[in-house]
Amino acid sequence: MISQAFEARRSQGRAALVPYVTAGYPAIDSTVPLLEALASAGADVLELGIPFSDPLADGPTIQRSSFASLEGGTTVRSVLADLRVFRSRNATPVVLMTYLNPVLRYGIDSFLADAVEAGANGLLLTDLPTGADPGLEERVSASPLDLIRLVAPTTDPDRVPEVAAGGSGFLYYISRTGVTGATSELRDTIGDEVGRVRAAVSLPVAVGFGISTPKQAGEVAAVADGVVVGSALIHLLQDGEIDSAASFLSSLRSGMDAARSDHSS
Amino acid sequence: MSAPTPSLTGRFGEFGGRYVPETLISALDELVVAYEEAGRDPGFAADLEHLLTNFVGRPTPLYKAERLGAEIGHPAVYLKREDLNHTGAHKINNTMGQVLLARRMGKHRIIAETGAGQHGVATATACALFDLECVVYMGEEDIERQALNVYRMELLGAEVRPVSSGTRTLKDATNEAIRDWVTNVGDTHYIIGSVVGPDPFPRMVRDFQSVIGREARAQILEAEGRLPEVVVACVGGGSNAMGMFSEFVPEEGVRLVGVEAAGEGVETGRHSASLSAGRPGVLHGSLSYLLQNSDGQVAPAHSISAGLDYPGVGPEHSYLKEQGRATYTSVTDHEALEAFRQLSQLEGIIPALESAHAIAYVLREGASYRDGGPLLICLSGRGDKDVAHVARVEGRGMLL
Repeated sequence: MISQAFEARRSQGRAALVPYVTAGYPAIDSTVPLLEALASAGADVLELGIPFSDPLADGPTIQRSSFASLEGGTTVRSVLADLRVFRSRNATPVVLMTYLNPVLRYGIDSFLADAVEAGANGLLLTDLPTGADPGLEERVSASPLDLIRLVAPTTDPDRVPEVAAGGSGFLYYISRTGVTGATSELRDTIGDEVGRVRAAVSLPVAVGFGISTPKQAGEVAAVADGVVVGSALIHLLQDGEIDSAASFLSSLRSGMDAARSDHSS
Repeated sequence: MSAPTPSLTGRFGEFGGRYVPETLISALDELVVAYEEAGRDPGFAADLEHLLTNFVGRPTPLYKAERLGAEIGHPAVYLKREDLNHTGAHKINNTMGQVLLARRMGKHRIIAETGAGQHGVATATACALFDLECVVYMGEEDIERQALNVYRMELLGAEVRPVSSGTRTLKDATNEAIRDWVTNVGDTHYIIGSVVGPDPFPRMVRDFQSVIGREARAQILEAEGRLPEVVVACVGGGSNAMGMFSEFVPEEGVRLVGVEAAGEGVETGRHSASLSAGRPGVLHGSLSYLLQNSDGQVAPAHSISAGLDYPGVGPEHSYLKEQGRATYTSVTDHEALEAFRQLSQLEGIIPALESAHAIAYVLREGASYRDGGPLLICLSGRGDKDVAHVARVEGRGMLL
């Protein structure tokens, strides 16, 4: 499902748009309408975050959304229940994104089975890097879920093929050393870096961390197979307005498509 | 049986590991290599030995606490006086080693987390000595509890960054330090203050702290002609305990007791007794016992002692617990405060509130060891930093 979504965009000469939202934010009952609005606004794959009390790879925006969501009563079960409702109405692929401990506490096998049953297509565990826990990684890989792997600017080039081999769906390239959150400018070298990763792997490569404007999304779309946007979207949701988040996503879509047509012309 | 050493994957049994964002993997690999190279370099050991002797003031004394012994009816109670180290606690044993490593790796910026402020002060001290930039993350609640140590760090030239997220204590200071490291990994070394975090930190910090146990073992053999019956140490993250225990783990006749913070009582839910009341989970890069709710969210810890106020614990302690090699128990805030006062008046030694937990255990249960051999307690730090806080708790108002 996930790689097909990327392939569908690629065949149009376009990049896939992958928004991240924290489940249960801005309100416990906003997850399903938000996912539907984002799918309508041009999302190709949705990343749905299960909040964790200690999001140590996230910047202030996603931290705040995680704490607010947990205070609102979000649980692993409530997120899966929301996903089940969304899936009954919409086919857009969904990647569940979280930290390892909530999944371990739920029970890895139960979690994988329940996530599949609820309609998830992929799983991204921020604190489970390639090789950290081979037994656990194999169980995720053996499930129908795609295991989404990350490559960072600090990843040894020799390690990139190993990381990609353990993943499926797409490979997530982190645009900079740092935590999630908006930045004013992307680094100049990002195109070369993504180019090297794409040359080394067969999976589609999406780029995330710090992408917050249509112009930045366009710059990334020109060099990558997909664009992930999270904190900028969450920031717009803090006033509870799903519509403004959806129109922001549409503006990113336009920025990406314009950049690709410039690129190809 | 030798001291447990993690396998190539950095584990103690099932515990430990490297559960970190991908961005940090290369830095951990670099650290493993630097640590191995340092271990083979006699110059590194000589530099560390020189610093520990001439700057830190080692070896620390092993002191026979006659009046404390009389209180519990035990003829041979000994205190390993880590409180007499420069900066007032065992923490500096580790920061000296890690700063030397950071210099080998060419890192000119140092970050650290701190709870009670002792590790922050020790790190700031090492950075002043070697002219390194130093940033210490500290929870806002701890900044209030440990104002004196905040000022000491600043005086030493460090920048103390308040952490306002989450529980505003050591757990969140550690999150923020990890975020800083992820962001500045190229030029920055993260000096973790306890035997926690991803491999190689738990074994590396243990090794740097094992000087405590090596000295104590030789000293008690010298004084008593035999090994101790029991070794007692407080456990938050567990670095003074691991440093003390590691030398005695192979000695199967020596009982090892780790004392956690029961806070207001384990049954109240307001405590920091991860090993006694938690279950295995992943926080800050390793799998270990963890206080958590039924949905896998980390539960807030509580202790009157900022240095023990942490919901996790070093993975090697989890391993020693599962192996049955060490036992872990807990004492309450109230018991620790009583011990704080009692040791002051019995021996003229004001212990850190953290160390007072180990004393409290001995006051409570030491009598059961009276027919056995020597009883060895790690007095991990001195209590000057806690005096103002305890006075406030007792309603004596603001002294500082």
